[in-house]
Formats: sequence, C-alpha cells, structure tokens
Amino acid sequence: MIAVDGLRYATGTGRVIFDGLSLTVPRGGVTAIMGPSGTGKTTLLRMITGQIRPAAGRLLVDGEDVAALDRAGLYALRRRMGMLFQNSALLTDYSVFENVAFPLREHTRLPEPLVRTVVLTKLHAVGLRGAAALMPAELSGGMARRVALARAMVLDPELLLYDEPFAGLDPISMGMVLRLIRANNDVLGVTSVVVSHDVEQINTIADYCYVVSGGRVIGAGTPAELQDSASPLIRQFMSGEADGPVPFHYPARDYQEELFDGGA
Amino acid sequence: MAAPEAGTIGQAGRRLGAAVRKLGAVAFFLMAMLRALPYAMRRPALVWRQVHNAGVLSLVIIMTSGFFVGMVIGLQGYDAFSRLRQEDLLGAGAALTLLKELGPVVTALLFAGRAGTALTAEIGLMRATDQLSAMEVMAVDPMGRIAVPRFLGGVISVPLLTAVFSSIGILGAYFVGVQLMGVDNGAFWSQMQEYVESEDVWEGVLKSAVFGVAASLVAVFEGYTSERTAEGVGLATTRTVVITSVLVLILDYMITAFLL
Repeated sequence: MIAVDGLRYATGTGRVIFDGLSLTVPRGGVTAIMGPSGTGKTTLLRMITGQIRPAAGRLLVDGEDVAALDRAGLYALRRRMGMLFQNSALLTDYSVFENVAFPLREHTRLPEPLVRTVVLTKLHAVGLRGAAALMPAELSGGMARRVALARAMVLDPELLLYDEPFAGLDPISMGMVLRLIRANNDVLGVTSVVVSHDVEQINTIADYCYVVSGGRVIGAGTPAELQDSASPLIRQFMSGEADGPVPFHYPARDYQEELFDGGA
Repeated sequence: MAAPEAGTIGQAGRRLGAAVRKLGAVAFFLMAMLRALPYAMRRPALVWRQVHNAGVLSLVIIMTSGFFVGMVIGLQGYDAFSRLRQEDLLGAGAALTLLKELGPVVTALLFAGRAGTALTAEIGLMRATDQLSAMEVMAVDPMGRIAVPRFLGGVISVPLLTAVFSSIGILGAYFVGVQLMGVDNGAFWSQMQEYVESEDVWEGVLKSAVFGVAASLVAVFEGYTSERTAEGVGLATTRTVVITSVLVLILDYMITAFLL
C-alpha cells in the first residue's frame, strides 16, 4: 500500500529528519512506526498525506508518487485516507455530530437522513452516539480522540493513519482505541499505519513494526522479533531503558567543568 | 563622516530582505485565495456567517464610537466656525470630515482592533491545534473554507460599517451643534446639502473599500501564517493591529493625494 524509498528531508533550519529512509507498508495490515521522540514519525505521516514534500527519494501510496501528484490528484488520494491527529484536531466551532458529518457533507451528496444514519453509526462504534450534540470544548481528551477517530472512519477509507493514538489516554479510552484500530483492520480490511512510541500498546495490535532513529530504519520485524533483537539500540527502545546507545543526556560540556567554571 | 558599522548595514539588509520576502508571501497568499474563491462562492452561507461575525458584531462599537467622534467634531467644529462667525457651516464641515476622512479611517482602525484581531487569533488557533491540517487531510482546502470567507466577510463589512459610522457621526455632530450649541437646524442640513458633493461620498466609499481589503488581508494572512504556539498567535494578533493601523494611514494619504 505504501512504499518509501530513500527518503531524505531536512527542516528549514537544516536539521536532518530523514536520511535515506526506506520501508513498505503492506495492504490490509497494522504497521507500526516507532522511534524516540523527534525522529520524524509525524513528519512521515505528513509526507504520506502530501502535506510535506521530501527533498529526495520516493513515497508511493497505492502506486502513486505522492510528491508528483497535482492538487486534484492529491485531493483524490486524500479522500481514500483517514488520519487521527495526536491532538484530535476537531473543528472547534462545530458540534461532535457536525465534525463527523464534515467529510460526508464535503465529498458526498448523501441526503440528510442518510448522513444522520452514517454519522450516528460511526459515533455508536466509538461509544459516543449520546455525545452527538456536545461541542468539542465539552469533551475529555479521550472522548475527543474517539470523535476524531469516528471522523477519520466516516468515509470508510482504505488507509488509516494514526498519530500517537495512545498519548494521554485513560485506560478505558486506551482499550477502546486499541480495539477500534484492530477491528478496523480485521473487519473492514483497512490498512493501518500507527505512529507511536508506546511499545507496550503497539505490541498488542501491530502486525509489523519499524523502528526509526537517526533518519533511517534501524530495525524491522514483528513485535516478537523486535523484542528478541540483538541490536542494543532496539533493545534499549523496546525495554524503555533511560540510557544506552540513545544517551539520556543531551550533548553538553563536562558536568564538573561546567559547574565549577563560574559561568565563564 | 564615520562609516556606518558593517553590522548595522547587515541588520538593515536582513530586515529589508525579510520585508520583501513577506510582501512576496502576501502576494502568493492572495493568489491562493483567488484560486480558492470559487469554493467559497459556492458556499455563500460561509461568507454571510463571517459578515455577521465581522460586521454585525462590530456594530455596537462602531455606532458608539461614531456618535462620540461626531460629537467631538460638533464641539470642535462649532468652536472653529464660531471664531469665523460661520456656525451655519458646521453641518457641511462635519459631513465632509466624516465622509472623506474620519469615517473610513477610524472604522478601519476599529475593525482592526475588534474583528481583525479576532480573525487572526481564530485562524492562528485553528492552525496551532491542527484544524487546518485536518481539513487538508480530509481533502478540503482550508484556504477556501477558512481564509476566503473571512476575507470576504471583512471586505463586505468595512464599507457598510463605514457608512454606519459616518451616518451616526453626523447625528452626533447634529446633536451637539444644533441641540446643545444652538446652530440653526435648517442651516445645518442645507449647508451640508450645498457643499457635500457626490464625489466626496465616493471618496469615502473608495477609501473604505481599500481599507477593507487591506485590513482583512492582513488579519487573515497573519493568522494563517502565525507560529503554531500561544506566543506565536499572540504576536500575530499584535502584528495585525500594528500593520493594519500603519497601512491604513499610509493608504489614506496616498488615496487623498491621488484624488485631490
């Protein structure tokens, strides 16, 4: 479904995010992209949706080179995708119902009774049919994430992208989101890309994982294979050790020297 | 004469470069809005909602300010004309001042302070909370959905608010001049009819239209390009007021010089 080959990208300040990143996401599976904070996981999702263009390399979604698409082609491709944002990104001046109905109203000519049926079905799936009339400001973080998930699913996309779907969720919401991600895949055959650094949760739902660090893939395999990896970097990440190949301390001068030089 | 320090010249050059880049960015932004215009035109409800937000919700401050500005013109005008024993000209003087200058300028400044800042903050927060990105991913152009309706709402509202400001201002001048200071009622209105030409009214309409475009463009552009942080949105809001105020005064001089 997604093929990334030799992707290179640097920010405007010159910080290298991707330095030859290559990976593939098979159709119909749950693929996790993991890695320490700041490794460009969200940037990769923005490249898949065509919001950022790579400096070099190719990124194909269903055979189409995203960076080469014109505006109409990109919008056509995006209509086949759904994305769950880390901060939910609900439209704050619309109710829960209108948020979920938004893509339907924009891209279909469904009659209002059918829009209502589809929206209530999706809200029921995330357990929030009763919250349809609420405004986003009245929702908890977990509820907002579930509404955003209903909105991402409302057009029945072929590809669902999840940006840190577990961050900041209470255990009940977490369990519900985990179940929904897996169900979308098992029941509807949706291809899912889950970006997260939550190793424990990823282990329960991912079919295949990539660990990204330093701008490239440093490890790939099933969750079980990664747990048994011999690579110190992957072992550090999977077991959550504070220090290791990825140092605990940001690069700095010698500690003693800096403390006793009087600020010179 | 001592040569200016290289650092000073470099700094001035960098600032000039940044200003030119920003002008280029505004031009690109305007072109992107033009491209997204058909989307907004197909959804007039989005535009009318913004006319309500920017225009109708500004009416109270515009009417209050207009009345008090008119009353001040009534007092100052009466004082000046009475020294020349020409109190009857108060109506004409107040109308010309309000229609040609104070109406368009003060309305644009008030618009920047009330509606312009609200537009910038709203769009900036939508950007900071990924709402604009979410629209893009949902294959909805935020330029057409968010920027253009707000821009058009401002462009439509400012001339209408200016008309309200000037009308209420004339009533304020009438209240002070005729009701409090004793200027002759008939003279107040007849002198206004005698000396105010349709060109004077059109000058005000032209200025308000130009100011409406400038104020709305600045507000929407600053919001759309603000940093995705609380501080960034705050700074963008401040820039909206500062840039609009200076721009309106500069444009006012240029239009006046061109028309006179």
